[in-house]
Amino acid sequence: MKGLRKFLDKQKPAFEKGGKLSMLGSTFRAFDTFLFVPDETAPKRGTQIRDAIDLKRTMSVVVIALIPALLFGMYNVGYQHFKSIGELANQEFFDIFLFGLWKVLPIIVVSYVVGLGIEFAFAQMRGHEVNEGYLVSGMLIPLIMPVEAPLWMVAISVAFAVVIGKEVFGGTGMNIWNPALVARAFFFFAYPKEMSGSEVWIADKADAYSGATPLADAATLVNAAPNETGSILGNMASSWEMFTGFIPGSIGETSVIAILIGAAILLFTGVGSWRIMLSTVVGAVVMGLIFNFFGGNAYMTEIPYWQHLIMGGFAFGTVFMATDPVTAAQTRKGKYIYGFLIGMFAILIRVVNGGFPESMMLSILMMNTFAPLIDHYIIQGNIKRRLKRAKATNAIA
Amino acid sequence: MSIFSANNMKLITNPLGRQNPITLQVLGICSALAVTSKVKPAFVMTLSVMAVLAFANVIVSLLRNTIPSRIRIIVQLVVVASLVILVDQVLKAYVYDVSKQLSVFVGLIITNCIIMGRLEAFALGNKPGPAFLDGIGNALGYGWILIVVAIVREFFGSGSLWGYKLIPESFYEAGYMDNGLMILPPMALFIVGIIIWVQRTKDKELIEE
Repeated sequence: MKGLRKFLDKQKPAFEKGGKLSMLGSTFRAFDTFLFVPDETAPKRGTQIRDAIDLKRTMSVVVIALIPALLFGMYNVGYQHFKSIGELANQEFFDIFLFGLWKVLPIIVVSYVVGLGIEFAFAQMRGHEVNEGYLVSGMLIPLIMPVEAPLWMVAISVAFAVVIGKEVFGGTGMNIWNPALVARAFFFFAYPKEMSGSEVWIADKADAYSGATPLADAATLVNAAPNETGSILGNMASSWEMFTGFIPGSIGETSVIAILIGAAILLFTGVGSWRIMLSTVVGAVVMGLIFNFFGGNAYMTEIPYWQHLIMGGFAFGTVFMATDPVTAAQTRKGKYIYGFLIGMFAILIRVVNGGFPESMMLSILMMNTFAPLIDHYIIQGNIKRRLKRAKATNAIA
Repeated sequence: MSIFSANNMKLITNPLGRQNPITLQVLGICSALAVTSKVKPAFVMTLSVMAVLAFANVIVSLLRNTIPSRIRIIVQLVVVASLVILVDQVLKAYVYDVSKQLSVFVGLIITNCIIMGRLEAFALGNKPGPAFLDGIGNALGYGWILIVVAIVREFFGSGSLWGYKLIPESFYEAGYMDNGLMILPPMALFIVGIIIWVQRTKDKELIEE
């Protein structure tokens, strides 16, 4: 470590103002501060509040929290592949994992290379410092992609998300929507064949094997005739499989256990908001219960409310996407409203429209849009309340 | 004053750039989203708007001293509506397939804000000659945005231009796919946004405080 520090210090003058490579200054500083915590995390003057942890370290915590889901995702990619070709029993644990690693790694590399490339290019062009926001988005994007996603499509989605989802608004901290979800939404609408159906969720699947996700199975319940319901439910993975994650699906979203470990890390370090996570789950439960009681189609009546929580991307979205500090509501009350509505809409879209089985993405993007509005009314309400109180005390005096 | 004087030329060139009805005044967005999934309808739409706008401008300009200002909107609407019906009939007679694709959007030219905007802002206060040029200029400003958006959307969304397949079959066999989002109207909004972005980056004076 000392050697590395020395090496960086030696290079520093060339990148400072007037140095030979001052053009690439922000790139150098980005790497420098990523590798070592800088001496001062806030400017000397003008800042009253200082935190011991800076943005780069906060982001690193999120990446660490994603690791269980990532590792399990890799293992599950291999597991599903060998299961589909019927050779699961002959494989060692390590071979299964290596197969998954080999499939998932290119997506991660593409996501980071394209995303960081654009981010660095914009920072250089505008003379800004490089923002650290992409560290997390770059890890989130591979985790919400199907394993068979063609790499060039991933690259285009990432480019779209970084440019249209983020840079047009001014970069990290200014974006309205969660960039990772923008990438997925772009992918979903641009290349629907590659992100729905039963062919894309298992790597090198045997043709005869059905690779539909439980969520897609459940979506067929929307239009199912009463006599088909039983066979659809029979085909679906058991709740235990959905909870542990040995099901086809986007790479990182399948295992609720791995996601819960991530949630524990986020909550323990205080990086993720427990208010949002809690209210999202409550919103989903309330909506699920309403549908369970009143029904309407087979999806509404046959899937119990608690099963919605472990199906599809709900858990992953709740823990890692809804809690994104930039795009979520900022006020305390606002966070409850924001989370609650995410949960409600996710279940509502899921059970009403069979065309959009992955409703969590749409629901979070929609509430991202409304988060500033929610905050606005909470703040205005607060101002009004206090004005009233001030007037009341004045009147007494 | 000759018809090609500097002032008159400005009536045509201003709406192409700094006074563009779509990117600067943000008018006529609905049709820019609706008819730009292919180049052909976008082109026909541009011509239709040009015809309606130029002649409506001339007619309203000729009538400008006789229209009582309290009922001027109704008079303008009658003029525009008659012209739109004419254009619609011509399209149905000569390019029926395009007319079908455009469907209600030809009729909706009446509600295109650019037209009412130009009548109110220009034709009511100017002579027929300049009013005609102003109509042509604004229609061109509207049209080039439409066609650029349509070129991008048709090429990436359907792999063709003006209906001719441009991306070879071998690309599709190698795994290339048309971008489904390009066909959906939201993409037109993104492309118009990108054009606005480029325009304001080049011409810093256009950036609002």
